[in-house]
Amino acid sequence: MSATDTSLQALDPYRVGRGRDWLSAGGVGIGHVDATGHGEGGPASKRVIVSFGFWIFILSDIVMFSAFFAAHAVLQTAAAGGPSGRELFNWWSIVLQTACLLASSFTCGLSAVATEARNQLWTQLALLVTGVLGLAFLVLEVRDFTGMVMQGAGPQRSAFLSSLFAVVGLHGLHVSAGVLWLGTMMAQVFVKGFRPDILRRLVCFNLFWHALDIIWVALFTIVYLIGLGR
Amino acid sequence: MSHETDTRDPGDVGPGFMDAAGLTIREGIVRCAVGFVLASALTAASFSVLNTSLIWGPGIPVALVVLAIAQIGVHLVFFLHITTAPDNTNNVLALAFGVLIVALLIGGSLWIMDNLNQRMMPMHEIMQMQR
Repeated sequence: MSATDTSLQALDPYRVGRGRDWLSAGGVGIGHVDATGHGEGGPASKRVIVSFGFWIFILSDIVMFSAFFAAHAVLQTAAAGGPSGRELFNWWSIVLQTACLLASSFTCGLSAVATEARNQLWTQLALLVTGVLGLAFLVLEVRDFTGMVMQGAGPQRSAFLSSLFAVVGLHGLHVSAGVLWLGTMMAQVFVKGFRPDILRRLVCFNLFWHALDIIWVALFTIVYLIGLGR
Repeated sequence: MSHETDTRDPGDVGPGFMDAAGLTIREGIVRCAVGFVLASALTAASFSVLNTSLIWGPGIPVALVVLAIAQIGVHLVFFLHITTAPDNTNNVLALAFGVLIVALLIGGSLWIMDNLNQRMMPMHEIMQMQR
């Protein structure tokens, strides 16, 4: 086989994305490929299918968020004579909210490690800290929102504030749902232990919680930091 | 063939799986901690950009967006364990499609609305015409 044949084969879409067995064999010697979920290797296991399906949900959720972000980015200066972000945003509250959510993402990652070690105590502890940090985030956000509404800067004041409450509120709703889900996951791990179905749910919960933090990164950048600079 | 197991698939991992790189518990904790430190540093950089004169004023939004994209990358790699390995192809392709749609939606909205804004007659001229 000449060198050009091999490089052409590497570009063949049918062969791209084969399992590591095929690659570790130097990308040649096609016989049987064991990698599941890549066509010839047969269907993926339920564990992979569940988490991949949830990944698709997360991505579509992010696409929905992007519409809210686009609306806010367009309307960010449409304050209609009302208060702008510079007058409304509470710097330290935003810093604290960001710290809470980032730390909770870290402890959520630690809970995944503890789950991998099948350690009930550390899994529960890490999940508990994650939940407490999530609740602290929600308390700070609700305090900010009520403060703004009391000042007469509610969502009906201007297009800027409508889109602000929409995108931040949507994220807050996701965090609330995540905290509820976290509580039920702690109960399930406690009662049922590390059964395969519980493990799959834990992977999905981890994906969801990390996605919340990824959205928050976009949120504090676009809504708060760029909003403060306008 | 039973799908009700939690055994590892050869050459195929879902997003959020720790077994992708065959990490030990210790390595898993270290990876989480490294991600946390990197993400914290990028967050701190984002928040301090506004308070320093290090970056030329009109360039600040661009700097903030760049820092945010870097931090999202850190989260994907260290918390969600997304890699470029062949066993991650399905996850990365789905992610790439998501990023495409998000870029079209946000970039397209900003582009179109900014263009319309520029074509619009200034408000005081509209007022004069209504007189």
